[in-house]
Amino acid sequence: MTDHDLVRGAASRLRTAGLAFARVPMCLIGLPLIPLQLYTYPLILVTVGVPMLLLTTALARRYTTFHRWWAGKVLGEPIPLPYRKPANRGPMTRVRTIATDPATWRDMAFLPLNAIVGVLCGVLPVALWLGGLTGLLSPLIWLAGGTDLEFNGLDPATPGSWFLAPLLGALYLLLAWWATERIVRVHAVFVRKMLAPSATEALTHRVQELADSRADTVDAQAAELRRIERDLHDGAQARLVALGMSLGMAEELLARDPEAARDLLSEARQSSSLALAELRDLVRGIHPPVLADRGLEGALKALALAHPLPVEVDVVLPGRPEAPVESAAYFAVAETLTNVAKHSGATSAWVRVRHENGRLALMIGDNGRGGAEPTENGGLRGIERRLGAFDGTLGIASPMGGPTIVTMELPCALSSEKTSSSSGTA
Amino acid sequence: MRVVLGEDLVLLRDGLIRLLQAYDFDVVEAVDTGPALLKALVDHRPDVAVVDVRLPPTFTDEGLRAAIEARKQVPGLPVLVLSQYVEQLYARELLSDRGGGVGYLLKDRVSDVKQFVDAIRRVAAGGTAMDPEVISQLLTRGDRDRPLTTLTPREREVLGLMAEGRSNAAIAARMVVTEKAVGKHIANIFGKLGLPLSEDDNRRVLAVLAYLDRL
Repeated sequence: MTDHDLVRGAASRLRTAGLAFARVPMCLIGLPLIPLQLYTYPLILVTVGVPMLLLTTALARRYTTFHRWWAGKVLGEPIPLPYRKPANRGPMTRVRTIATDPATWRDMAFLPLNAIVGVLCGVLPVALWLGGLTGLLSPLIWLAGGTDLEFNGLDPATPGSWFLAPLLGALYLLLAWWATERIVRVHAVFVRKMLAPSATEALTHRVQELADSRADTVDAQAAELRRIERDLHDGAQARLVALGMSLGMAEELLARDPEAARDLLSEARQSSSLALAELRDLVRGIHPPVLADRGLEGALKALALAHPLPVEVDVVLPGRPEAPVESAAYFAVAETLTNVAKHSGATSAWVRVRHENGRLALMIGDNGRGGAEPTENGGLRGIERRLGAFDGTLGIASPMGGPTIVTMELPCALSSEKTSSSSGTA
Repeated sequence: MRVVLGEDLVLLRDGLIRLLQAYDFDVVEAVDTGPALLKALVDHRPDVAVVDVRLPPTFTDEGLRAAIEARKQVPGLPVLVLSQYVEQLYARELLSDRGGGVGYLLKDRVSDVKQFVDAIRRVAAGGTAMDPEVISQLLTRGDRDRPLTTLTPREREVLGLMAEGRSNAAIAARMVVTEKAVGKHIANIFGKLGLPLSEDDNRRVLAVLAYLDRL
C-alpha cells in the first residue's frame, strides 16, 4: 500500500465514521414517534384519532422508509416496502389495515431498538478513531503540560506509559481502520432485518398479486366468452336459420315454381358461405388455425405476410411453449403489430423471439416516430394484462422520434419436440 | 379423369365423391390420413388430387405437407388443396416449386359446384386456382410492393382474376370488355412486373408467383 492509498483509505473511513456519527440524532428523533402513534389509538374512539393516526403513521413510515433507503444503499440492494395495501380508500379501512399490519408494529419495535443500535454504531467508530489519535499523541500532550490527561488508566506517572499509550493508540487506529465500514454494515443489516418484508409478508404480497392477475384473467375470459356467444348468436346461428328457411321454402316451391325454387336455393348457398366466413373469423379470434398447425414461428410468419408493412421475423425456439402461453404470445405480438401499422408511421418492423433462462423473450421493433405509451384501456395496457396472467412482463422503449422497441417476457418451459417443417417420412 | 381424394370427414368425403362422380371424374382412391394420402398419390399418380389441408394423425397441416412432398416425388402432380381457412403462407409454399397445376381454395367454394369443378379441371390442366380471398389479401397490401402500386385499378382486377386462374375469355366476360382489351391489360401487367412477354401460358402463373415471391 502506498502512502497515497493510506491517506485516501483513512479519509474515506473517517468520512464514513463521521457520517455514522451524524446519523445518531437521526436515529434518536424517531423515538417520539412511538408515543405519538400509540396515543392516537384510544383517540380513534372519539374520531379525531383517525386523521391523527393516518398522519402519524404516514410520518413513521416516511421515517422508516428513509432508513430502508439508506440501508438499501449501503447493502447494494433496495429494501422493498412491507406494508399491506388497504382494500379501499375509506379512512376506517385504512386505519384497520394499518392496525392489523404486522409491519406497523415492527416499525414501532424498530424505533427504540434503532435508537440503541444506531447510537452504538454511530459512536463506536468515531470513538475508536478519536481514542486512537489521543493515545498516539498522549506523550506530546503530556509534554505540553496536559498532565491531567489519562489514557485508558495510563497517566504520565504510570510506569512504561510513555511507550504503552502510543502503542495502544496505534492498536485502536488499526481496529478503527478495520471496523468502521463493518460497523456501518452491521447497522444496515439490522435495519434490513427489522424493516424488510418478512417471508410471510412477501408471500402475502405475492398472493395479492396473483389474486389481482387472476381476477383480470377471469374478467377477460368472461368478456371473451360473451363476445363469442354474441357473435355466434347474431351471426352464424341466424344465418343457419335463414338457410333452413330458404331450403324449406325451396322444397315447397320445387313442384309449383321451379324458377323461384332455384333462386331460393342460390340464396341458401350464399347464406351458407356467409355463415362459414363468420365462423372462420370467430375461430381466428379464438385460436388462429395457423398457430395450431405451425406453432409460434409459422403463425408469426403468416402474420408478417398479412401485415401492411414488411415485417422481418426471426424466431429461434428449440421446442413449443405450452399452448396458452403460445397463444398469449401470438396475440400480444399481433396486437403490437397492429399498433405499429396504425400509429407508428413506420415503414418496416421486425419481430425477434428467443427462449432464454426459462423465459420466452419477444421483441417487436419498428422504425416509426416513437412516443408510444401505455394508456389506460389502450392496446398496450391490454397486452400487459394478457401477459400478466402468465406472470409475463411488458417493456416499452419509445423515445420521441423513434424507434420503438417493445419487449415481452413470459416464463415458460418448452416441449422437447421441435416442430418439423415438412412431412418427413411416410 | 382420375382423382385421388384426401379428406378425413366422412360426410364431406362422401359428398365430394358424389359430386365428382356426377361430373364424370373417376375417384380412384379416397383416403383419410396424411401418410395414406402421400402413398396413394405416389402409387396412382392421378390426373389431379383434391386434398384437405388438415388431416390425421396430427390434425394440423398434414394434408398440405403430404401434397408438397408428393409434388417433390412426382413433379408437376396437379394438386387442389381445400381448407377451412386460407393462409398466404400456405399458398406460397404450394406455389414454391413453380410447377403450375396448383389450387388452393376455401372449402366453401365447393358449394358453387360449377366453379369448383371448373377449378379442378383448370388445375388438372396445369393451371392455377387461387382462392379470391388469397388474391384480395395480396392486392390490398398497400404500398408494400412498389411494382404493384404502379398497376392501375383495372390492371389489378385483371391480375386478380388471372391469379384465380381464369382464361382471357372468362376475364373479358366477367369485366364486360373485349378479349383484346384484356390482352392489352395483361401485356401491361407483365411489363410492369418485369416479366418478359411470351406465348407461354405459364407466364400467367409466373405473374402470380413473381408477386408472391416478392413478399
